Amino acid sequence: MMVWLILLPLLWASLAFMLGPSRGVWPAIAGLVAQLWLAFALAAEIVGSGAAMHAVGGWGAPLGIDLVADGLSAAMLLLTQCIALPLAVYAHAYFKRDDPARNYFWPLVGFLLAGLNALFLSADLFNIYVTLELLGLAAVGLVAAGGGAQQIAAALRYLFATLVGSGAYLLGVALIYGTYGTVSTVTLVSLIGADAPDLVWIAGGLMVLGLMLKTALFPFHFWLPPAHGGAPAPVSALLSAVVVKASFYLILRLWVGPFSSLTVVASLVVWFPALLGTLAVFWGSYQAIRAERLKMLIAYSTVAQLGYLFLIFPLLASAGALQAGIMQVFAHGLAKAAMFAAAGTLIKATGQEMVAGLAGVAERLPVTLFAFGLAGITLMGLPPSAGFLAKWQLIELALSQQQWVIAFVVLVGGLLAAVYVFSVLRQAFLLAPADSVVTPVSRTLEWTAFVLAAASVLLGLRGVELMQLVGVT
Amino acid sequence: MTFNELLPLAVLASSLIPGLLIFTLPESWVGLRTTLNLSGALVKLALVLLLIVGVQAGESYGVHFAVLPGLNLAFKADALGLLFITLSAVLWLFTTLYAIGYLEGAPRRSRFFGFFSLCVTATMGIAMAANLFTFFVFYELLTLATFPLVVHRGTEASIRGGMTYLTYTLIGGAVLLTGIVWLHHLLGHTDFAHAGIAAALGSAYDGQLQIIFLLLMIGVGVKAAIVPLHGWLPQAMVAPAPVSALLHAVAVVKAGAFGIVRIVYEVYGIEFAQSLDLLLPLAIFAAVTIVWGSFRALFQDDLKKRLAYSTVSQVSYIVLGITLFGPIGTVGGLVHLVHQGLMKVTLFFCAGNYAETLGIHKVSEMNGAGRRMPLTSIAFTIGALGMIGVPLTAGAVSKAWLIDGASAAGMDWAIWVLWTSSLLNAVYFLPILWRTWFKPIPKAWPAEHIVARGWRETAWLLLLPPMVTAAMTLAAGMFPNNQISPLSWAKLIAEREYVHESIIWTP
Amino acid sequence: MTAGLLFASVGVILFALGVAGVLLLEHLLRRILAFNIMGSGTFLVLVGLAQRNGIADPVPQAMVLTGIVVAVAATALALALARRLYVLTGKLELSQDDEA
Repeated sequence: MMVWLILLPLLWASLAFMLGPSRGVWPAIAGLVAQLWLAFALAAEIVGSGAAMHAVGGWGAPLGIDLVADGLSAAMLLLTQCIALPLAVYAHAYFKRDDPARNYFWPLVGFLLAGLNALFLSADLFNIYVTLELLGLAAVGLVAAGGGAQQIAAALRYLFATLVGSGAYLLGVALIYGTYGTVSTVTLVSLIGADAPDLVWIAGGLMVLGLMLKTALFPFHFWLPPAHGGAPAPVSALLSAVVVKASFYLILRLWVGPFSSLTVVASLVVWFPALLGTLAVFWGSYQAIRAERLKMLIAYSTVAQLGYLFLIFPLLASAGALQAGIMQVFAHGLAKAAMFAAAGTLIKATGQEMVAGLAGVAERLPVTLFAFGLAGITLMGLPPSAGFLAKWQLIELALSQQQWVIAFVVLVGGLLAAVYVFSVLRQAFLLAPADSVVTPVSRTLEWTAFVLAAASVLLGLRGVELMQLVGVT
Repeated sequence: MTFNELLPLAVLASSLIPGLLIFTLPESWVGLRTTLNLSGALVKLALVLLLIVGVQAGESYGVHFAVLPGLNLAFKADALGLLFITLSAVLWLFTTLYAIGYLEGAPRRSRFFGFFSLCVTATMGIAMAANLFTFFVFYELLTLATFPLVVHRGTEASIRGGMTYLTYTLIGGAVLLTGIVWLHHLLGHTDFAHAGIAAALGSAYDGQLQIIFLLLMIGVGVKAAIVPLHGWLPQAMVAPAPVSALLHAVAVVKAGAFGIVRIVYEVYGIEFAQSLDLLLPLAIFAAVTIVWGSFRALFQDDLKKRLAYSTVSQVSYIVLGITLFGPIGTVGGLVHLVHQGLMKVTLFFCAGNYAETLGIHKVSEMNGAGRRMPLTSIAFTIGALGMIGVPLTAGAVSKAWLIDGASAAGMDWAIWVLWTSSLLNAVYFLPILWRTWFKPIPKAWPAEHIVARGWRETAWLLLLPPMVTAAMTLAAGMFPNNQISPLSWAKLIAEREYVHESIIWTP
Repeated sequence: MTAGLLFASVGVILFALGVAGVLLLEHLLRRILAFNIMGSGTFLVLVGLAQRNGIADPVPQAMVLTGIVVAVAATALALALARRLYVLTGKLELSQDDEA
């Protein structure tokens, strides 16, 4: 089951490459349906019988590669497939026949998903490096797929950032291997103790910093807005919703796994990510409020929302923090995918990239605007939505550990999100100027965004199963 | 799932499902949309009747779902909730009828009625919430569902009004959330219960509970428009008349007032709240709001703005009644929750009629309107007299109980506040009535849209709702002790809240 | 200082130089070369540190091989993008103003 989650996307990506752009979509969508089913089956199995392991080709570690799935990885796999399938349907309707981005879209998405799924299932540090690079290169390719000068520039900027990030990570891995002679995350948990040599601290620092760069945590976020804001809408959606979460997931994994004894010793270290997260919330929101282009606004909103994820690090002493983090990952993933998809539809229909050009869309494109609004509710953390549950959990954790600042940041961040979400909605509810033209768009575009947005809201009514899944170790 | 669990959900669904269906309807399908609207409203009314009969017979209705481990979305239909549910369900029916008439031929009606139904669903959720978490979920849903209604016209002015509304309510919501989460953290739950849940914590937590109370009151105080949190209400006047009616009488401000009732009675418990010295400051804020709202109303020439300031003042009657420590004040406050709704909805319906029929938006344009629109003006007069507290209207009943409650609680200053407000009410309402009835008809109305046909001064869908609600205002004033009057129901609730006090009903 | 440690130290220095190059240089080709220097530094650390007791450990050798493949792929992608950018804009550097 786990192997197929990695092989399937590789398979349909290659197939799509050979069949060419016009026929590549069908194996992709069929593969994605199967992947979604696999992810659900894996999650159900893990809830039923605990974490699962698979030795690829019958060769176990240290010679072979072990795939390990616990609650956290199963949840991430589930989220990835849940977002990828609607976005694939969306993308099929989005790209015009002569769009250059369409030529490479399907193979690159397949490789991207293979990288993601492999990353979530890997249990050794080097393997993770390879998946990170696969993921990064595919993502850069997707950003560049449009072929415009701006997009190429954004892709190059992104490429350098991601290469430096994974380079730092690999150096950390080298230092760890030099010290302990293993890269298995499971073995390292018991090896790295509170008395670890300085070299391990440096290694940990390099790995976490490198991954922060890839997650676009403030102040490493510089590459994200041009890359996510400039790419075609389905690509922006996929990148903002899941790709940046992959490196966050790794930081979290390392933090509570191999490096857990280090973070206990140095109690101040936990404040470093939280501090950057706080700054990210404020800076990202500020830039989003100032943004004049719709997709830039959404991209900066991603910078802000990623900040929330890093607020959980000082709270990880209680089990709920991990669950709050994953709830936020789900909330933002679903909502941001929906929001970029909706924005793509709005831009396609109005021909306007500016927020100011959206007057009247509430009347002309109600479904899309509804999707945007629902996604906005999740981002603001208003009930009923997954974003609200994440916010609730975070605030309660912060209060129970007397970390007032974190509760404050979460609350103010929600209000700032309201400012930029409603700066779009306010424009949309204005009466359309007489000369505005709205070209009709395919219903598929409108409803796929809606489905994603609705999912982010409905998860807010029933989070029990997800929390149960995340709790399995 | 048993019948008693299903019934509260059905009450929610009876407006949620029609609302969602209406969103998907094309603009031109007027018939189906109207059918959905009205059948939803009627079904809801029938379900609420079932609930009333059941609760009177001692049945308990409730259901809960786990959202997160240890966090439940929980509903119950108890006597207090039913007071609000009944008010909303009845007024929803009339407001819907009115809105159908008001918006005839207007654009974007599917969106309007969709959000309209969502609003009522949120109100029902607030009324039936069985814990603060559920209350908050629907409280914020109400904010979100009313925004598109406030900005419905799509003009710059309406958007500005809507944004002001959002600014106040979202910040208030964040403060409320802080209080709720804090309380949840201390108690492990936030379930409403008779006589409160907060007292169980012990005296070590008194200080924290006082801060939490402040947070909660700021949160719900925004919607209840307590001074200085009232700034959004006059701004929201840009909305169409049925929305204003909904905001002022049925949903938004009432949700705030109802929240205060729930928090004081069923989270803190009235006796515990008194022991923490929480009631007197709240009473003072309410008193200031009552006088300030009435005072500001004096200077408004815009009719709807004058009514808005009047709402600011009148809603705090409810709050004042609750904070008067004693069952009589409680009855006064609770009964005013219903009475104010009936009277204010009448006034807004009438204001809408004047605007739609004759183009009258300002008090100074109302000369002679009574001769041109006698039925509307009679309804308006009843509503206005009720607000002043003239005998035989619903307002007189609430005011009598409030004043008795104040003297029973030994808070004589509150009596002065109530009299001052009545005087101010008279000063800003009586000149309107004078103009309407005794000034000559002008040569031309500002903009006559609807021409009178025989006795029908305006469209019948606009005429019927205010007449019915005006009649209900009179009925509630003339037969306060009837078995099914709001007053009897308020007494029933008060009897259950004051656990340690023997009640002697004086008025 | 053993030979292994020497390799590793040189690797760290190369890595630092490479990172500085990627971040600070303007010309795209130089940045791509700097990335390769950075990668080589890492590989030296991997191979150098793992030489304990004078016997080479085969696992890092395999890792470095994989790493080289990845680096080659990344370099190829970077070169292709840089060439494309040159065709489109006539420049081989990223201007500051296209960030927003």
